[in-house]
Amino acid sequence: MKTHLKDYWLFIIFSILMAIGFSLDLSIAHGVFDNFYSFFLTMVKFVPAVFILIGLFDVWVDKKIIEKHLGEDSGFLAYFWAMVLASTTVGGLYVAFPVASALYKKGASPRIIFSYIGTAAVCRIPMTLFEASYVGVSFTAIRWLVSIPLVIISSIIMEKMIAEKDLANISDAA
Amino acid sequence: MVYYFTAALTAVLFMIDKEKTIKGLKLGLKKIRKNSPVFLNMIILVALSLYFVSDELILRFLGDGSGAIGVAIAGGLGSVAFMPGFVAFPLAGILLEKGVSYTVIAAFTTTLMMVGIVTYPVEKDFFGLKITVIRNIISLVMAVIVSIVIGLFYGELFI
Repeated sequence: MKTHLKDYWLFIIFSILMAIGFSLDLSIAHGVFDNFYSFFLTMVKFVPAVFILIGLFDVWVDKKIIEKHLGEDSGFLAYFWAMVLASTTVGGLYVAFPVASALYKKGASPRIIFSYIGTAAVCRIPMTLFEASYVGVSFTAIRWLVSIPLVIISSIIMEKMIAEKDLANISDAA
Repeated sequence: MVYYFTAALTAVLFMIDKEKTIKGLKLGLKKIRKNSPVFLNMIILVALSLYFVSDELILRFLGDGSGAIGVAIAGGLGSVAFMPGFVAFPLAGILLEKGVSYTVIAAFTTTLMMVGIVTYPVEKDFFGLKITVIRNIISLVMAVIVSIVIGLFYGELFI
């Protein structure tokens, strides 16, 4: 696999703008760079490990198991598994996307991976604890009760409305 | 934490099957290399979002927001903002104390969680443009529904 320079166009422009900003000592450059640096460190702290885990998952987990539990013929329990996996997902959606695409490549059905992404967005446990303590338990409870069924319904709709060729685009970016 | 877990798992798997584990690690490294540019793009967008859509800005814009316009502003800010739960929910708590409605808070936090402008580079890379756009639009609709139900529950909206 070759590294293409064009993949880094945004980073190159960003670096040039940062260099100009710093040489003019603009506060915006310092502010944006501080954010960049601290979020970069946050990412380095766990994203590479996530990809290693996905790599191991890919080699070790038998496709038949995923197909059986999360695939086309899986029952309602599959949503439950998707939710369990989602609620324990670390980070944010940016982790859920690669995980979902790896699951899809292993035979999980589209509605299940969309459900996984949706519930990973709204049901992650650490986040929910913050929500319940700062905004209120009943707020969190209603939000879960409303959004989980909506996520499942919309995932089924998405599975039906998205064409085969668009689904084929889901790459596991190997 | 994640690294310890990964290391422990790798060690165990390595003892079970050396070749398979090395193959998995190689695949993982390849994925890291392949995905670095999109993650880098996302980090840049996050850096810009954190700067331009700061906590102060959100406090200012949502501070006196109410009604449909408040929900629209909250949804817009939630879609472009990026913040982890431990920043977002204390902020939501402050907004509540300032008298912002639960309806508006729900629109803000739900879009924050579900709609991702800054995660767009990553989502598009894995799912393609079309699925990304559809998912984000559906999420936006969902956020409005959640916020309406919350509003009804807290007696802020009436039918």
